[in-house]
Amino acid sequence: MKNTIAERIADFLKRFPPFDLLKPHQLLEIAQQVKVIYKQKGEYVFQQGTQGHELFYVVHKGAVAIEKTENDQVRTLDKCDEGDAFGLRPLFANEHYKISAIVEEESVLYAIPIETFKPLIKRNYRVGQFLIESFASNTRNPYSREHRGKLYTEEEDQEEITPELFELQPVKFVKNLISCNKGDPVSEVAKMMSKRKVGSILVLENQIPVGIVTDKDIRNTIAVGKYPIDVAVEKIMTSPVICYQKGLTIAQAQVAMIKHKISHLCITKDGTPNTKAIGIVSEHDIIVSQGNNPAALIKAIKRANKSKSLRAIRERVMHLLSGYIRQNIPMTHVSKIIFELNDATIKRVIERSLEKMNEHPPVKFAWMSLGSQGRKEQLLHTDQDNAIIFQDVPESELEATKAYFIKLAKIANKSLYTIGFDYCPADMMARNPSWCLPLSQWKDQFEDWMVNPENEDILLCSIFFDYDISYGDVHLTNQLADHIFQLSENNQIFLAAMASVSLRSPSPLGFFRQFLIESNGEHKDFFDLKKRALMPITDAGRVLILHHKIKNINNTAERFEKLASLEPQNSELYLSCSYTAKALLKFRTKQGLMHKDTGRFIALDALSKEERIKLKRCFKTISEVQELIKLRFKVSSFI
Amino acid sequence: MAMFSLFKKKKEYPKFWTDYQNKFKTNPPETIEENSFVVFDTETTGLDLKKDRILSIGALKVQGKTIEVANIFERYINQSTFNPETVAIHGIIKNDLNPNTTEEDAIIEFLEYIGNSVLVAHHIAFDVGMINKVLHRMGLPRLKNKTLDTMLLYRASRINSNLIDKERNYSLDELAENLNISLKDRHTAAGDAYITAIAFLKIVSRVSNQKNGRLKDLIRLNR
Repeated sequence: MKNTIAERIADFLKRFPPFDLLKPHQLLEIAQQVKVIYKQKGEYVFQQGTQGHELFYVVHKGAVAIEKTENDQVRTLDKCDEGDAFGLRPLFANEHYKISAIVEEESVLYAIPIETFKPLIKRNYRVGQFLIESFASNTRNPYSREHRGKLYTEEEDQEEITPELFELQPVKFVKNLISCNKGDPVSEVAKMMSKRKVGSILVLENQIPVGIVTDKDIRNTIAVGKYPIDVAVEKIMTSPVICYQKGLTIAQAQVAMIKHKISHLCITKDGTPNTKAIGIVSEHDIIVSQGNNPAALIKAIKRANKSKSLRAIRERVMHLLSGYIRQNIPMTHVSKIIFELNDATIKRVIERSLEKMNEHPPVKFAWMSLGSQGRKEQLLHTDQDNAIIFQDVPESELEATKAYFIKLAKIANKSLYTIGFDYCPADMMARNPSWCLPLSQWKDQFEDWMVNPENEDILLCSIFFDYDISYGDVHLTNQLADHIFQLSENNQIFLAAMASVSLRSPSPLGFFRQFLIESNGEHKDFFDLKKRALMPITDAGRVLILHHKIKNINNTAERFEKLASLEPQNSELYLSCSYTAKALLKFRTKQGLMHKDTGRFIALDALSKEERIKLKRCFKTISEVQELIKLRFKVSSFI
Repeated sequence: MAMFSLFKKKKEYPKFWTDYQNKFKTNPPETIEENSFVVFDTETTGLDLKKDRILSIGALKVQGKTIEVANIFERYINQSTFNPETVAIHGIIKNDLNPNTTEEDAIIEFLEYIGNSVLVAHHIAFDVGMINKVLHRMGLPRLKNKTLDTMLLYRASRINSNLIDKERNYSLDELAENLNISLKDRHTAAGDAYITAIAFLKIVSRVSNQKNGRLKDLIRLNR
């Protein structure tokens, strides 16, 4: 009997080891016995110390973390994603699991019955060998070691490098050499370097390095007019090449670069310039291998060529973030750095999405990040809110132009999702036709929202006051911003409506100074930090700053600082608002990192006494600023 | 005789139907986890319940968030009504290489497969309607199973927001896009059933997060 699903599963499995070693009919036989299992985030597939299942698992979609608990310490050993096999112990030993597998994000798993699979291992030596190695080394793919020379983002390291010994680690080098021949014209070589985004290129003759050309060489020879642009590359190359053997430590490499005043070393087979070149070490790679520092991350983001690598970088950004929080680095600084990293990621995603489109954009456009990223407050993996604004076109071309940008947005939204920015539940994303409009239509839209404001409209446009241009033409967003400020000027009705919206979540403390918790729904008995604390303070900051007609300050804490200087009589309150905004953001970030979620919902009984007191102090500030808004905008009539 | 049969209270039904009927004597379990769901899809010659016919049925069972690939139902039906236009969409050609069966046999096997499970499909009214038409032609009553529509469940799973049109219809493609499900094997009955099943699991995890989510609650959302 035909089984479309089994065929689909076999098709998937054959892309990954060890299944690629099986014959098609063997694969189909296995696929027919697969159980497809859906797991939610946080569910265990199996737990350490429990009886082995009669199945082992392959991740189809999602991610699973392999953890080991020792002396009450949980260590993450590995992360499995698409195509990785895990839970192999029952294949080899009738024992209890020695590790736990916990689902890190919503996953679809293929479970393969051991009974079906065992006979194949016996018949196929290499399959068995692969699985035993995977199993024994706790790494899912024993071949991955060989790929370690690549840029670190392409392969997650199995163990963290201890910082003390860092300098003594063997240096990682790029094996995928970019090279040219002696006779190639410089113009061609430069083009290739730009295309591959490298700062240097080896000149090879029969695989032996005869010279190296760097950006600097081109600058010092061609750009100053010493040679014409199409001169043969051998005229400008640096020769001989400084070569080393592989196994060179990071410290040695750094010393060598300083000594020779160069930024690239060539790795050859025996360490002399007379043998085959096998790789290149650049200063850049050394910086990058130093791991989670923002400069290295930014460089890595700019060079990333796959959503998957961007995603791996994001994981390191999260490490950086949790380090900052642990070390109590000021929130203003943390927000800025993480914002820059996010911003670089978004820019890169859009660049890559544009590359994937077959045509250039028909007109100028701008990609706006709205909401928390726009306010530079997006620290955790929260939702993506974005929109596109493009130049006005004649009526006849509107449809085609819009279609182009929606297509672009679909690609970009999806990549952002892959990297870890969830879809916006309210569909406030550029791929939504209502959020992908030409400038004139955006202006009309705002006019509609602001001249006859209804509460719901205010909610909508409030997000738009907190936008940041992530990519594209800044004139477009500026024109829109000017238009909006004109509309809001002396528009008392609008400001009052906005003020009333900012009061829609009343003080988070109940009559007896109890926390108000959610009374129903999925998060029953949890405290909604976003709705009850972060949104009120954000809304308050926005309406007050609009009242003063200040634009270009989007960050809530910074808005209150500005307000403090504008209204000295209220400066104390505003400064404490600014502090509150930072404290709440930090609180949310901590919670989110701890629970690997958005940090929005908090179980109150898990908080320490000190944390509760701190939170209550923040809430007091919120109700004070809400009182001020009520009086200033005479809101009572609106409620 | 004709008059007599009109007054006859109970019609004699074939054994497969009484077997099917008897499965409904026990009540289904209360929790979602314990219940068995049959997610299915029919490919048809068109959208007209009266004129058009079923080309193929694909179905799979979901129990405890698990689908057993060995236990998938996939039948291709020999056509007496044949509409060449739909072949372009589904790629099912009359007397294709797939081992075909008659409409009647497919339905008999389908009834046995579904038993008293809860039926799930995207725009289920149509698929159940198509099957009921076949049953009608066979002189049988309608399906007795409880049903859930992934379109309605998805709509209920979206947040309450004025940005979202609550009356909007979502196609299976849109569901797959928003829930990040790959669209391989789209437009085969089994492939669509599989996509629907994964979508169903994802939606259920969103609308009922507690461990012991109840079937009743799902059925209530299905409006």
